[in-house]
Amino acid sequence: MSSGGPPSQDPELLRRLLRAKDRMDAASHEDWPVRRLAHVSGVSEAHFARSFKQAFGIPPHRYLLTRRIERATALLRDTDQPITEIAFDTGWESLGTFGRTFRDITGESPSAIRAQARAAAHEPDRVPACILSAAHRPDLTIAVSEKRRLVADDINGPSTKEVL
Amino acid sequence: MSQGVEVVGLYVRDHDEALAFYVEKLGFRVHTDVRNGDYRWLTVQHPDQPSFQLGLFTPGPPVLDAETAQTLRAIVAKGAMPPLVLVVDDCRAAHDRMHARGVEFTQEPIDRYGTVDAGFRDPSGNGWKMIQARR
Repeated sequence: MSSGGPPSQDPELLRRLLRAKDRMDAASHEDWPVRRLAHVSGVSEAHFARSFKQAFGIPPHRYLLTRRIERATALLRDTDQPITEIAFDTGWESLGTFGRTFRDITGESPSAIRAQARAAAHEPDRVPACILSAAHRPDLTIAVSEKRRLVADDINGPSTKEVL
Repeated sequence: MSQGVEVVGLYVRDHDEALAFYVEKLGFRVHTDVRNGDYRWLTVQHPDQPSFQLGLFTPGPPVLDAETAQTLRAIVAKGAMPPLVLVVDDCRAAHDRMHARGVEFTQEPIDRYGTVDAGFRDPSGNGWKMIQARR
């Protein structure tokens, strides 16, 4: 046990945390407050977010955002549903929040993603759909707010902040 | 067929639990179940697929050291093992049958791409996609 990382988590706990992740996957349009997720996993609210992040490398709320954007991207690609409808169907309370978060995460607007996906039509039915969508999952390794800040810094030219 | 893949194994957290799941809930049957001390070689088989065995193995000694085994148990419990795909004739009927037997579904049957698919996990955390065969 020479590794300096955090203590490894009990597999029984991980299995229960996975259940919370599965439930978000199955219904990412629903609200998933910590209390609800903690209940699914049978852990205390105080420990849930930290345990989830340790297990899956991403805080639960941010994981939910990636799943919503992933689903919205699939609907933009595979259906003719209006963007407003997609926003509400994937769990957003306003079109503005959806559009802004979508751009922050993917770097493109929903309509641009729709146009690109159609231009690059391929053969998606060769790969099971779930696996395909996981392969297209947005890689949200930092907080949306952090991503916004980085983009802003980029636009504003070299940061005046000290690096390191 | 005399050449080809004969066994592919899964890591499971407990042999008896996995055996009960794959046999009683999924309808597989036991192909081989032999022990040598602490070691157990357990494979199950889909009734329609006599040339293929699914191995149900627990990570641990004598094959693996305790730390490696613990890491593998964690990986399985996090659902991080590769996806498995089960093909069925009727996804909704299979879902109803399995659900009634207590299988933990992660996705209800959905019509898409010209077929129907659902998702479930075994007790250890291995994730299966269940896809209706195209006619």
